[in-house]
Amino acid sequence: MMEPRILEVRTKVLKKNDETAREMRQQFLDAGVLVTNLVSSPGTGKTTLLRETLMRLAADGERAAAVVGDLETDNDARRLAESGVPVRQIMTHGCCHLEADMVRDHLAGWNLADLDHLFIENVGNLVCPTSWDLGESVRVALLSVTEGEDKPLKYPGLFNTSDAAVITKIDLAEPCEFDRIQALENIQSVRPEMPVLEVSAKTGDGVDEWIRFLRTQRRRLTKPACSKN
Amino acid sequence: MHELSIAGSIVEIVSDYAQEHGALQVTAVTLRLGQLSCVHQEALEFSFDLITKDTLLEGAVLKFIDVPVAVFCPSCQQQVELPGIQKFACPVCGTATADVRQGRELEIETIEITEGGPSSQVSASAARETS
Ligand SMILES: Nc1nc2c(ncn2[C@@H]2O[C@H](COP(=O)(O)OP(=O)(O)OP(=O)(O)O)[C@@H](O)[C@H]2O)c(=O)[nH]1
Ligand SMILES: [Mg+2]
Ligand SMILES: [Zn+2]
Repeated sequence: MMEPRILEVRTKVLKKNDETAREMRQQFLDAGVLVTNLVSSPGTGKTTLLRETLMRLAADGERAAAVVGDLETDNDARRLAESGVPVRQIMTHGCCHLEADMVRDHLAGWNLADLDHLFIENVGNLVCPTSWDLGESVRVALLSVTEGEDKPLKYPGLFNTSDAAVITKIDLAEPCEFDRIQALENIQSVRPEMPVLEVSAKTGDGVDEWIRFLRTQRRRLTKPACSKN
Repeated sequence: MHELSIAGSIVEIVSDYAQEHGALQVTAVTLRLGQLSCVHQEALEFSFDLITKDTLLEGAVLKFIDVPVAVFCPSCQQQVELPGIQKFACPVCGTATADVRQGRELEIETIEITEGGPSSQVSASAARETS
């Protein structure tokens, strides 16, 4: 005889991803590599800023590498590889975000201990990447001056779970009539006390501060763990 | 459409769980969804219907428990619910806070199954898995 029954499951839907990410985070910490996950809408300037970042770090003798998620092409990986550092493409074939195991599988063969910085360029999307922990130490939400000041209010999920925000393409702020004060206010509204960097990968404005920010984050990694709040 | 990945994970977890408990069929799945979980309920239902074809979960109903965002207010020294997700500040005293205590949930709470017979009966406490 059939009888309906209710079972308590109480399990996180993304439990498997969370477990993989936790293992990866530990490996990253053990290796002393700062892992930065870059998330934004398509075209915000992730690849352009990352390329510049990789070149600057390499020029200063820091060891960096990058993995980049893309729906169908390897264009971004080729652009990043021009910096001379190791780069791998993660082709997601229609999947709109990166998951922890995709990143793990693409790190195979790299000795993490040989790296100071590992960057993950996520698939251009402001919603989907939010729920997937990739084991990163720093999640950066990027927003360009061409996108409008209210992006943080429209996508609070991403901005709230990020550790820093980067406003990109500030060379275009004036023609776009970008309301900087409003943008900063909106970011603080959805994520109080979030550090915000303002850069132009084109003119180089703000890139020094961005690099400094990354170095500070990396130094914190190797210090004894302190509470985040 | 990350809801397709999420639906896939749900089916994986629920199928295993239901089989372990001798289910013939899963008739409902209840999810706890935080307001910050970034999951679109209709998109998830659509993906779920698509992906459950020919599984134990075929035809199962998805039910949602909406979980509002709550933060810890350092001034009031208590957890407070936010009326929305655009302003992370205490609704009582106005203090800004990023200390989110609730609202990111994306969890399977319960499932409803039909089972074969007395041999497959499992007590609710044995069925509960602590993660
Ligand atoms: N003016 C100006 N243009 C920029 C800047 N950064 C990027 N761009 C331009 O913006 C466009 C998109 O830049 P990408 O770096 O490819 O953006 P992305 O975020 O990597 O894009 P997806 O990977 O497709 O999500 C390109 O045409 C860049 O040249 C900048 O600082 N200033
Ligand atoms: Mg790119
Ligand atoms: Zn308060």
